[in-house]
Amino acid sequence: MSTPYAKLPAWADYGLIPVINLFVAFVVAGFVVLLVGENPFRAAVILVEGAFGRGTGIAFTLFYATTFIFSGLSVAVAAHCGLFNIGGEGQGYIAGLGIGVVCLAFDSVLPWWLTFPLAIIASAAMGALWALIPAYLQARRGSHIVITTIMFNFIAASVMVYALVGFLKPAISMAPQTRTFLDGAQLPKLNWVIELFGAKIRSAPLNISFLLALVMAYLVWLLIWRTKLGYEMRTYGHSPKAARYAGISETRIVIVAMMISGALAGMMALNPTMGDQHNVALDFVSGAGFVGIAVALMGRLHPVGIVLAAILFGMLYQGGAELAFEMPAISRDMIVIIQGLVILFAGALEHMFRPYIQALFASISPKTVGIEAVKGKGA
Amino acid sequence: MAQAAIELIGINKSFGAVRANRDINLEIVRGTIHGIVGENGAGKSTLMSILYGFYQADSGEIRVGGQPASIKTPNDAIALGIGMVHQHFMLVDNFSVLENVILGAESDALLKKSIAKARSELERLEREYGLEVDPDAIIEELPVGLQQRVEILKALYRGAEILILDEPTGVLTPAEADHLFRILKQLKEQGKTVVLITHKLREIMAITDTVSVMRQGTMVATRETKKTTVEELAELMVGRRVLLRVEKGEAEAGGVKLAVKNLTVKDTRGVTMVDDVSFDLRAGEIVGIAGVAGNGQSELLEAISGIRHAVSGSVMLDGKPIDLTGKADPGELRDRGLAHVPEDRHHVGLVLAFEENENSILGYHDDPRYLKGPLLDIDAIRNDAKDKITKYDIRPADCRLKTANFSGGNQQKIVLAREMEQDPGVLIVGQPTRGVDVGAIEFIHKRLIAMRDQGKAVLVVSVELDEIRSLSDRILVMFAGRIVGERGPEASEGELGLLMAGVEQREAAE
Repeated sequence: MSTPYAKLPAWADYGLIPVINLFVAFVVAGFVVLLVGENPFRAAVILVEGAFGRGTGIAFTLFYATTFIFSGLSVAVAAHCGLFNIGGEGQGYIAGLGIGVVCLAFDSVLPWWLTFPLAIIASAAMGALWALIPAYLQARRGSHIVITTIMFNFIAASVMVYALVGFLKPAISMAPQTRTFLDGAQLPKLNWVIELFGAKIRSAPLNISFLLALVMAYLVWLLIWRTKLGYEMRTYGHSPKAARYAGISETRIVIVAMMISGALAGMMALNPTMGDQHNVALDFVSGAGFVGIAVALMGRLHPVGIVLAAILFGMLYQGGAELAFEMPAISRDMIVIIQGLVILFAGALEHMFRPYIQALFASISPKTVGIEAVKGKGA
Repeated sequence: MAQAAIELIGINKSFGAVRANRDINLEIVRGTIHGIVGENGAGKSTLMSILYGFYQADSGEIRVGGQPASIKTPNDAIALGIGMVHQHFMLVDNFSVLENVILGAESDALLKKSIAKARSELERLEREYGLEVDPDAIIEELPVGLQQRVEILKALYRGAEILILDEPTGVLTPAEADHLFRILKQLKEQGKTVVLITHKLREIMAITDTVSVMRQGTMVATRETKKTTVEELAELMVGRRVLLRVEKGEAEAGGVKLAVKNLTVKDTRGVTMVDDVSFDLRAGEIVGIAGVAGNGQSELLEAISGIRHAVSGSVMLDGKPIDLTGKADPGELRDRGLAHVPEDRHHVGLVLAFEENENSILGYHDDPRYLKGPLLDIDAIRNDAKDKITKYDIRPADCRLKTANFSGGNQQKIVLAREMEQDPGVLIVGQPTRGVDVGAIEFIHKRLIAMRDQGKAVLVVSVELDEIRSLSDRILVMFAGRIVGERGPEASEGELGLLMAGVEQREAAE
């Protein structure tokens, strides 16, 4: 006997509920700000203004969002297949190896628009390869993918340290990073787009990989909801038994889904390396792979939601940095707390307010929730 | 004068927008057996859950023994002397009977004392009501019928005066069901009140004193059992006349479509589930496999449909073997004209989170009809789903509604529509009408017979003996993994019941 799952209008399901969750998260965060003796309203203003107030802020917000879109999509693709890919961090990190090799080899010979596709392929391939091994172990050996992908994060970190203090590093350098890429491996900035709208930008790293992220979001939507492969992934994700019944090979679908997920995680490395720092440095992923989990959850595993959630997290990163600068009482850790609250309310507790809203809708207008259409499962 | 054990007055309960119970009034007389019937989704379980404290009514009053009662949790219900035996037993499998009985009602901090106390109390209950169970037996080693007795003992141990049984005979053999009814009658004689929730009208007629009928969340009628008939109750349940037995002509069996030879299947623990089973299925006939749940029917179906690994034996489809290594591609079998309606539609036959139209291609998603280049042809899929919705009268007629929001009967129709519309040569169906309401049962039976009349071979596995008897041209009875007998559709229920209980086989062995 379960509570029948009444339908809400789509705008309430995908618009109202996330907004309410977000609002509650900010209210609670406001109390935390109050607790450390700062004015929560002023903090909110600084946060939002820092992220969206000026052209540079917007560019930074979107720059952070770019990485989160990739990592969010990566988590979502695996999740649709019922797999929790917690290894985006490592898959993205190891992809830096592929990018580094491609860029160092070609940046002096090829223009950026030829290096870029090669780097995309290299990063996707490295990410996919890094996901392949845990996927194979899951599909064939039953080793739990959460455990193996976490372990592969550590292996990736060690491999990258080895590479960055070894063959990727210029011989004369003391820093564990590659040399700076030449023009042939530097992605063009997109700041001019924001400047079209009249905003001024001093210097911001927003680059063309943002567009790639949007294209990938569309392709992921197409994959999940419009292709046979996506249909099979979703079937397996909801019910492995139904997938077996439908003649879907478990081994194949797990491996394919994880490799696509890994490839997307790998592509997240393009933004900070070719787009911003113009090198591959130690720890350049800096947790973006894990943020992807929250982004995917909050975006409800839908590419549109993921893009919006990624922008929200970009805002928290950018606005949070401003906030930490403006209000010394609010440290970097406070920002993490606020992010945590957003994840808690928007991700983990996303259904907390649902019953109330459903009841509210039912009392206002029974038709909207399909009262006649829905029958209880019990009896 | 008869006194009311329970009175429900004006009970209302909504789940979100769904009104599961509307203004229910019900009086249950002390010392009687009161039946509550209704289709799935009629609100029977909801009503009993309110009585047992799982849910709170939105409005209305409950009186127990004439006193207004506030039942907020099952503990309140137990304190008021209400006990419940659930459809799915709430027992700890690896505990003994005694441990299960005292679970949650331990009288002392030290288990030893509670157990000693419980043992004597249990012995008294067993004597009084004829509920013999070995108190030290481990639950998982007991047959289902005895497990159910443990559930009843649990309720009585907690001092239940009013006992609610939710679909108690679903898992029992006819003989076990008869035994249960004797126990219930004994309880009644001792002054206990029994509430029996079921959709099996025959049971209602056999054992209850009063019967109440629910339909779509309302209580439509309460009758004295003596003064009503099965036909009247069925009509009240569905709201229109229902054919309880589908008319069908003689079978014209043709050539062998599916030949099963010496098939043996073991489960993951190495226990033999299907033991040397052989039979033929011919074109134009329905073969029914009867048996109590858990006697290997599920495994047999899965092996034939290529999902489960078989240890030995062979299955020939149209003269060509089916891969029995468990690695068969069910997609390939579909191409060869074998359609399979699985027993468990919730986890196997359907993806409940999908839209209806997405489920209408499950397993056939490779079909070029549904594809447009590398993409799914969404329009074709939805139009196809809409056609099936019309043809099979699936309600609500919304191919974009989530499958979980359809009732059990309509979900089953979604699966049947998908499998039947592929025009398979062989259709194997597990539990065609489990959890399906009376109106839809009639529809499904008619469809299956129509398939047969088109010259298709149909294999039906069901634990509902009535269903097997009304559909089948030949009946095979399975017991402990073996086929213990073949009978014609005219075989009596008693005869089949004995076979299902393995009686004949045991005699032969002695």
